[in-house]
Amino acid sequence: MKYSYYPGCTLRTKAVDLDLYARASAKALGIELEEIEEWQCCGGVYPLGTDEIGSKLSSVRALNAAKEKGQALVTMCSACHHVIKRVNDDMKNVDDIRTRANNYMELDEPYTGETEVLHFLEVLRDKVGFDTLKEKVTNPLTGKKIGAYYGCLLLRPSKLLSFDDPENPTIIEDFIRAIGAEPVIYPYRNECCGGYISLKEKEMAESMCDKIMDSAEGFGAEMLITACPLCMYNLNKSGKLPVYYFTELLAEALGVRGECKEEVQA
Amino acid sequence: MSSNKQAEQIKEISGVNPLKCMKCGKCSASCPSYNEMDIKPHQFVSYVVNEDIESLVNSKSLWKCLSCFACVERCPRDVKPGKLIDAARQMVVRQREQDYLSPNEIPELLDPDLPQQLLVSAFRRYRR
Repeated sequence: MKYSYYPGCTLRTKAVDLDLYARASAKALGIELEEIEEWQCCGGVYPLGTDEIGSKLSSVRALNAAKEKGQALVTMCSACHHVIKRVNDDMKNVDDIRTRANNYMELDEPYTGETEVLHFLEVLRDKVGFDTLKEKVTNPLTGKKIGAYYGCLLLRPSKLLSFDDPENPTIIEDFIRAIGAEPVIYPYRNECCGGYISLKEKEMAESMCDKIMDSAEGFGAEMLITACPLCMYNLNKSGKLPVYYFTELLAEALGVRGECKEEVQA
Repeated sequence: MSSNKQAEQIKEISGVNPLKCMKCGKCSASCPSYNEMDIKPHQFVSYVVNEDIESLVNSKSLWKCLSCFACVERCPRDVKPGKLIDAARQMVVRQREQDYLSPNEIPELLDPDLPQQLLVSAFRRYRR
């Protein structure tokens, strides 16, 4: 299995661990992640205005790079996934955006949404398969009670993201089972952590994250897992339960966490 | 700009037809920022229908919306109040010196754990 890979800005900086654990886990699973060359930041949030073109071009460039290699494009961060997947939908289905974006791009062949965009969790579910993953686990996280924190960006709008049921998702719970742990289902797992509001209104984000943490703790979770560096940051401000990237626990279950640990600390 | 023209501009930027709203209130019931908003998500739709855009662009709500898409997901009529709010926000930040976030503010907002993702996201929502 070979894919184009888009890490995104934060996986090169504050969330370098999300990336390193993912790469080590992918290697252990026989998945090749080929980082696309000269990728640019996706912008973090999808530009909602129907007349926004320039702010979508970095995603189009990444999508086209994957297309030229004939590969699906794998994302790791929830925000990058959300932005790139939605821009891809625009390029496929919105005439005006497709035409104007291609006018900027001046590609040999126009980009019209050909690339398949997959979050790494989708690769695990749909390409590897959670049953196969379970067989490859050498160090199951038996007895750990883990709450999946989905947040917003992976799930909504569900018609465009087609990731999972937006109200009753199961993918991260199934992932938790596959690595040998026990998922804890709690009501606030798909509520917003506050997202970018935490820059200027820290208290507002903290009170939202407190509700999420209280909900998870009340239902018996010992820790939360997330795919998003901003969720991680906001949830950590609340500090009630430890929060891990899903890739760190995956690396642990596959027995490759130790080899990343030094690199993460460096 | 006339109020009629402003309302047309919001509809154009958002791509939303507010007349489809049946006022069920599900958007406001879903909104995690509801308590912080002076104009609630379901009211936003009525303000656009009534062409009172001045009130919208001056509302606190513009800067409380998280773009979490809970209202967009749950709207049974596909009205997408979150996109209307964003269009009003765009109308403000596209004007000269109307940004909600300036680079000069950044140093005092930083802390050692703050991810780059937060800065790029906030800049994209809060300024042109």
